[in-house]
Amino acid sequence: MSLDPATVRRIARLARIHVEEAEVAKLQGELNGILGWIEQLNEVNVDGVEPLAGAAQMSLRMRDDVVTDGGIADQVLANAPGRAGAFFTVPKVVE
Amino acid sequence: MSYTIEGKTGAWELVIGLEVHAQVISNAKLFSGAATEFGAEPNSQVSFVDAAFPGMLPVINRECVAQAVRTGLGLNAQINTWSRFDRKNYFYADLPAGYQISQYQHPIVGTGEIEIELEDGSTRIIGITRLHLEQDAGKSLHDQNPTKSYIDLNRAGVALMEIVSEPDMRTPEEAGAYLRKLRTILRYLGTCDGNMEEGSMRADVNVSVRKAGEGFRTRCEVKNVNSVRYVMQAIEAEARRQVEVWESGGEVEQETRLFEPARGITRPMRSKEDAHDYRYFPDPDLLPLVLDEAWIAELKSGLPELPDAKRARFVRDYGLPSYDAGVLVAEQATADFYETVAKGRDAKAAANLLMGDFFAAMNRLGRSIENPPVSAADLGGLLDLVADKTINGRIAKEVFEAMVETGQPPAAIVEAKGLRQVTDTGAIEAAIDKVLEANADKVAEYRGGKDKLFGFFVGQTMKAMAGKGNPALVNDVLKRKLG
Amino acid sequence: MSLTDLTLAEARAKLRAREVTSAELTGAFLEAIGRLNKRLNAYITVTAEQAMEQARAADAALAKGQHGPLTGIPLAIKDLFCTRGVRTTAGSNILGPFVPPYESTVSANLLRDGAVFLGKANLDEFAMGSSNETSAFGGVENPWKRRQDPDAVLVPGGSSGGSAAAVAARLALGATATDTGGSIRQPAAFCGIAGIKPTYGRCSRWGTVAFASSLDQAGPVARTVEDCAILLGSMAGFDPKDSTSADRPVPDFAAACGRGVKGMRIGVPREYRLDGMSDEIEALWKQGLDWLREAGAEIVDVSLPYTKYALPTYYIVAPAEASSNLARYDGVRFGLRVDGEDLADLYERTRAAGFGAEVKRRVMIGTYVLSAGYYDAYYLRAQKVRALILKDFTDAFGQVDAIVTPSTPTAAFGQGERMDDPVAMYLNDVFTVPANLAGIPGMSVPAGLNADGLPLGLQVLGKPFDEESVFAVSAAIERAAAFSARPAVMA
Ligand SMILES: [Mg+2]
Ligand SMILES: [Zn+2]
Repeated sequence: MSLDPATVRRIARLARIHVEEAEVAKLQGELNGILGWIEQLNEVNVDGVEPLAGAAQMSLRMRDDVVTDGGIADQVLANAPGRAGAFFTVPKVVE
Repeated sequence: MSYTIEGKTGAWELVIGLEVHAQVISNAKLFSGAATEFGAEPNSQVSFVDAAFPGMLPVINRECVAQAVRTGLGLNAQINTWSRFDRKNYFYADLPAGYQISQYQHPIVGTGEIEIELEDGSTRIIGITRLHLEQDAGKSLHDQNPTKSYIDLNRAGVALMEIVSEPDMRTPEEAGAYLRKLRTILRYLGTCDGNMEEGSMRADVNVSVRKAGEGFRTRCEVKNVNSVRYVMQAIEAEARRQVEVWESGGEVEQETRLFEPARGITRPMRSKEDAHDYRYFPDPDLLPLVLDEAWIAELKSGLPELPDAKRARFVRDYGLPSYDAGVLVAEQATADFYETVAKGRDAKAAANLLMGDFFAAMNRLGRSIENPPVSAADLGGLLDLVADKTINGRIAKEVFEAMVETGQPPAAIVEAKGLRQVTDTGAIEAAIDKVLEANADKVAEYRGGKDKLFGFFVGQTMKAMAGKGNPALVNDVLKRKLG
Repeated sequence: MSLTDLTLAEARAKLRAREVTSAELTGAFLEAIGRLNKRLNAYITVTAEQAMEQARAADAALAKGQHGPLTGIPLAIKDLFCTRGVRTTAGSNILGPFVPPYESTVSANLLRDGAVFLGKANLDEFAMGSSNETSAFGGVENPWKRRQDPDAVLVPGGSSGGSAAAVAARLALGATATDTGGSIRQPAAFCGIAGIKPTYGRCSRWGTVAFASSLDQAGPVARTVEDCAILLGSMAGFDPKDSTSADRPVPDFAAACGRGVKGMRIGVPREYRLDGMSDEIEALWKQGLDWLREAGAEIVDVSLPYTKYALPTYYIVAPAEASSNLARYDGVRFGLRVDGEDLADLYERTRAAGFGAEVKRRVMIGTYVLSAGYYDAYYLRAQKVRALILKDFTDAFGQVDAIVTPSTPTAAFGQGERMDDPVAMYLNDVFTVPANLAGIPGMSVPAGLNADGLPLGLQVLGKPFDEESVFAVSAAIERAAAFSARPAVMA
């Protein structure tokens, strides 16, 4: 599977990374180089193999239902590039 | 199930499925220790985890898992002892991490069902496809500023149960009944308060139309409809729109839409347009959620009696008509109130009093069952006074209204107003003698065969006794004296 | 002998013996940093005042005879660990002026034990790189030089290049690092120092900027195996704030260093003999095995048939997780924001300006392998191969106590040599990546020099949560190698 320019643009859009038209060709080459190399995995017979998502061989630990956090709006907002009072702000969104 | 939409080309049948997002009742959020209360100061119930700060990690709240299991059990659903959390990736202002932690491939609850009842008294089984746990998003306020949207993350990370139905509903009424029944079950279980105004229960409605006998056609999802009425209106509006599209030779596009109650129409949801490749994958910050059977059994044993069972018991044990039982069990608090009143008394009389004068007074005064116009104990006391013949039925009405006004217990009111019914035959004979004396002519007519005058004499006697005469005794004595 | 030349263990002994104060020690390192950091660029941020405060506090404690395992020990902290009140960059522009209001669990554990923080060490952007050249704050110069070509600037490896260079150049007694595909072991090898990636779950990931959550593990780099053991003992431990943190006691790693290897079975995976592997690497590997045999270990051939697929598997799994982990850098709650005509445009311009080329490549690869229609062909298949790789190790460790391999296929290379070919760069991690996929511990220990006089390392792999055997074998190699070469540039 090799990416065409349209796919490169679609992926960039999905990843929310602005790509100038001039960069598309270079990116396409790099991504295809990596993907081509990755495709050696197709040699492996994985029939009947259970996928492994992570290395931790345990199950999920659950915490108690107690309020231990919050009440730190000032700290949560301290690094915000856009802010109005106790709110974060972004350009107006139309739903 | 004969509801159809009549188009130019004939009748169209509706196919409806509901995805309900129910906010889990818990102190803290699904993956963080921040509080969940509604209506707090903006961003005051936000942890660095909820705001997706660098290096922050989720740790799951046991109670949220328990609530999902209780709900699954309440929906007679299969509980999956192995489930997993996936990330649903998309960018949105109120989704801080750029992904929602949800259960896509392996939900915690599998198939179940809900029985709904329709106005005509018929019932239907609606299938539940699945229930999964996921995070709520934050809130975007679009009306605070001409050029900006404001973001409040208080709700971000609160636990939701997404309850997905099978496309089993065929009419707006069925969808409404399903939503009401689901709400009742969740409230009984104490897993969601069902408050649609505050958004703790929101419905996404999947609607498609088809000609009788056809397979499914393309469906549209109408998002975040926040009342039972709107759900029914949205279905109607969306179905009519689709019929027009099909009949004008068009194709219905699968899309996400919004319902505009004011205009009674649905329209495409702009912000969702290009969000449709969610790139789900197992959340590597979490591990499989494995439930042990003993814990599930423990949760099961702790479940309350659910509405269907309670209703059946009311019919069986109290001899109530199914409809009355249905009304009384709709809210757990009402059912409990009723049982307190009915215990050891005439259960039917209790139901009549509750559903009659009591509900009337409650609505008139804008009170609720949690804050009733008359306590269950006093209501019981009133029934007792009728039962032991201290007062008769007509006086009972008067006493009830006095109880509502003064808050006094019934016995006190009866004494103060001297409303005990008179059972002393002497007093009754005296009263009757006066009446017969004063109406000698009528007595003659009666004796002359005008039987229907008997009622007149009863009325006069009661009037003379200010309504307090024991009706049975009054009858006996009159019969004897008019002989 | 200058203070900066002490090992961590030696410095600790002198502090406790009150032969030197932490203020003197810390002052010496700050002075050395002042002299050399402009050139080496090993630190992005130097926190001199804070360091001296911590040093004075340590001296006060030591004076009272109260001390923790690391009281008064000056360290470098990889700039991937969030540090309360101190700017944390992850080597990226996208975090902008971000100052964490919290302390990562690992760095908090070190502070609890009395450590002094000299500053934040340079790294590849979001730990994505093997040469430190992807850092938005500039590359790091490897303090080692080729004999024949002393002017060439070599890379320190990556992503923990700043940590490794700082320790090698005596700008810190030790440093924290992280390893997602070799980011502790490869730079340690390139800089002639020791470094261990413990078992996945041994060190908490809380408060450490995430790259690939199922692979990321924190660990120390230091000049000796024992120093690494001392540091890991403080960094490690159960953390209820990390769902993948292992709830088990932390053993006395330092004690394990003295165990010796008599009677241990050491595995040699035949598949690691890459065609075209340089003779000197081959020779070093053989030498290491001979040392262990002489020390009483039994050398056993093992087979890890699927490890040759580890690297491509890694380059699906890691970018996939990263594409999601890095979605939070959107210019809304912290970090850089580049305004746009609408929200989507703000996102796209912020991320285009904030992320460097390698991060963009990986985020896009990750987005692609998870996208509709490709998930099964790439991500799901990679997860299955990952299962096979884990099984390889599980089977091998049924026969042996540890596995020894080279740490890297080559010694340090020159800046700019591999930047134009991503795949060639990825091949640096061919020996280290399998341990991350399997979650097992792995350590690199300096074992010799190549013909150019550059350090080479051997890698010791162990069973899950058996870091003690890894330390025992690594220490045995260290003793036999008696590695005493010193970098050209050092305090
Ligand atoms: Mg949905
Ligand atoms: Zn949902």
